Amino acid sequence: MIYSLKVASRYLTSNLAQTGLLIVGVAVGVYVFVFMSALIGGLAVLLLDRTVGNIAHVTVEESDRGPVSLFPDGDGTLIAVLRSSAQRTTLQAADAFAPLISAVPHVRMVAGEVLGNGFIQKGEALAPVAVTGLVPDQVSAIANIARSIVDGSPDLTISTVLIGTGLARTLGVGVGQTVSVRSDRNVELTLTVGGIFSLGVAGLDDASAYVNQRVARVLFELPAGLSRFEVKLDDLQLAPSAASAIAALTGLKTTPWTEKNKELLDALVAQARTGDLIKVFALISIVIGIASALLLSTYRRQSEIGIMRAMGASRRFVVLVFVIQGAMIGICGGILGAGLAYLSLLPFPVPEATAAAGLPVDIRQGAYGTAILLTLVGAVLASIWPAYAASKVDPVTVIGP
Amino acid sequence: MSAPLVIVDRLVKQFGDGDTAVTVLKGLDLTLEVGEFVALLGPSGSGKSTLLSILGTLMRPTEGRLTMLGESLVDADDVQLTEFRNRHIGFVFQAHHLLPDFTALENTIFPAATHRGRETDADRERGAALLDRVGLSDRRDFLAAKLSGGQKQRVAVARSLMNSPELVLADEPTGNLDRESADQVMDLLVEINRADGTAFLISTHDERIAGRCKRQIRMLDGRLVDA
Repeated sequence: MIYSLKVASRYLTSNLAQTGLLIVGVAVGVYVFVFMSALIGGLAVLLLDRTVGNIAHVTVEESDRGPVSLFPDGDGTLIAVLRSSAQRTTLQAADAFAPLISAVPHVRMVAGEVLGNGFIQKGEALAPVAVTGLVPDQVSAIANIARSIVDGSPDLTISTVLIGTGLARTLGVGVGQTVSVRSDRNVELTLTVGGIFSLGVAGLDDASAYVNQRVARVLFELPAGLSRFEVKLDDLQLAPSAASAIAALTGLKTTPWTEKNKELLDALVAQARTGDLIKVFALISIVIGIASALLLSTYRRQSEIGIMRAMGASRRFVVLVFVIQGAMIGICGGILGAGLAYLSLLPFPVPEATAAAGLPVDIRQGAYGTAILLTLVGAVLASIWPAYAASKVDPVTVIGP
Repeated sequence: MSAPLVIVDRLVKQFGDGDTAVTVLKGLDLTLEVGEFVALLGPSGSGKSTLLSILGTLMRPTEGRLTMLGESLVDADDVQLTEFRNRHIGFVFQAHHLLPDFTALENTIFPAATHRGRETDADRERGAALLDRVGLSDRRDFLAAKLSGGQKQRVAVARSLMNSPELVLADEPTGNLDRESADQVMDLLVEINRADGTAFLISTHDERIAGRCKRQIRMLDGRLVDA
């Protein structure tokens, strides 16, 4: 065994009550660190799940085609664009793009959609609606329709439509009743309400409807191609880089979710910083605790340090003895605190499954390894000053010959 | 005749500066031969402890030269002095100064273990042999705090011999012991000196102890008066 390690261990075990108290103090700091990581991380997961959990991480559309000047130098040319609501850009070569997008790293799901606007009517009740045509097995690929169904079934047949709770209330319809859907191409179809969903997002629950993609092609007179792709990633934080990668690969226009949700992103960043600040304070308290305890130990063991120096122990050896003590306290306190925090987080469900009034702590985001590593580094740093002070002890002053 | 073990030349030690300066050693000259057994006598405040501190490389002189085993120690840095002290000098203090949380054996082998950075079987064997030599083979696993005063001092003697030093500096080694224990410790030092040729410089007030040494030197007011 390395001798400085033996001496450090002996010092720690010679006063078990004091060492135990010190380790518990460190463990409390680590517990706070881990619990705050799980809470802040869980809160972020909950917010994202409840706000952007049902939208695409990246949207892929045909690029806007701007007009080109016919004059070589372009001087004196004024270009004006008149956009028509009847015109819409479509991805005609959608079949070729789908596998390319799927191959981009971190892409979990690619859903092709046919989109259009129209009206939905039941008797005298009429409401504007955004219609999304999906392949039946991708009905929950982007918005988790299946989990959000409050009545009926999420199955999309060629005769059914899924509508939100708000829209159902407006129309006064329930599952099994028929509604009339008229598109902006003036195509009208009668469909049966197959399911009513509640995604918790007013824009979707009040004014959106999902139909089988084959139905949407009829409604919007789009026999081939798609309106857009919606992409889900395995980590939504990677949306900007994934969007750039897809754009570079396909030449299509891509929009990450972060572009349209800047305020939310800012709020999440601010929340994360608040969490970091609390964690930093927890670490500072650990460092101060260890440093003060080791300084006291240095003072208490001055004569022993003097004896060691007189017996030929180098300053480096003395420094090592105290730094190792700090490291051992740090690693023991770190493991104890992280372990206790893990055990206390076990009863909490993951934020995605947390009830409305539940505490959104996420056991997966406890940052256990980081907590232990940072505590170890903090403990070693905290011990440097006491260790240096110990190495400067003058043997003649404390023991004399 | 072999070269002297220690040569001290016009050694001066001053504490403090200006009006408050106190000069404890005032141009002291001393030579110790290899294997000598010397008593250092003198009243309190005569500079005995300061001289032992400087000889033990625990303190630097203000002026003068100190040569040991042919090496000049005045200009050596802390690392060199620590290394030299570990290999060539042993200490026995009046208050024994053992590490209380370590056993008698661990205390004995400390100088060797700290030098190597680890404990070896050879160290443990030598440590056990030394404890056997000082009559404490049955106490080797006792914590230092559990030993009597005389036993602690004998452990301190064993520790001072661990690295087979050429010189052992003993400051009032029997000062805290009863007469019987004091005689046992002195018997031990005499025997080690005779058997191993280890030189001893023993600071004492006790003329009876000094009488058992082959040579006596006396200090008064920072100088040797009878070397």
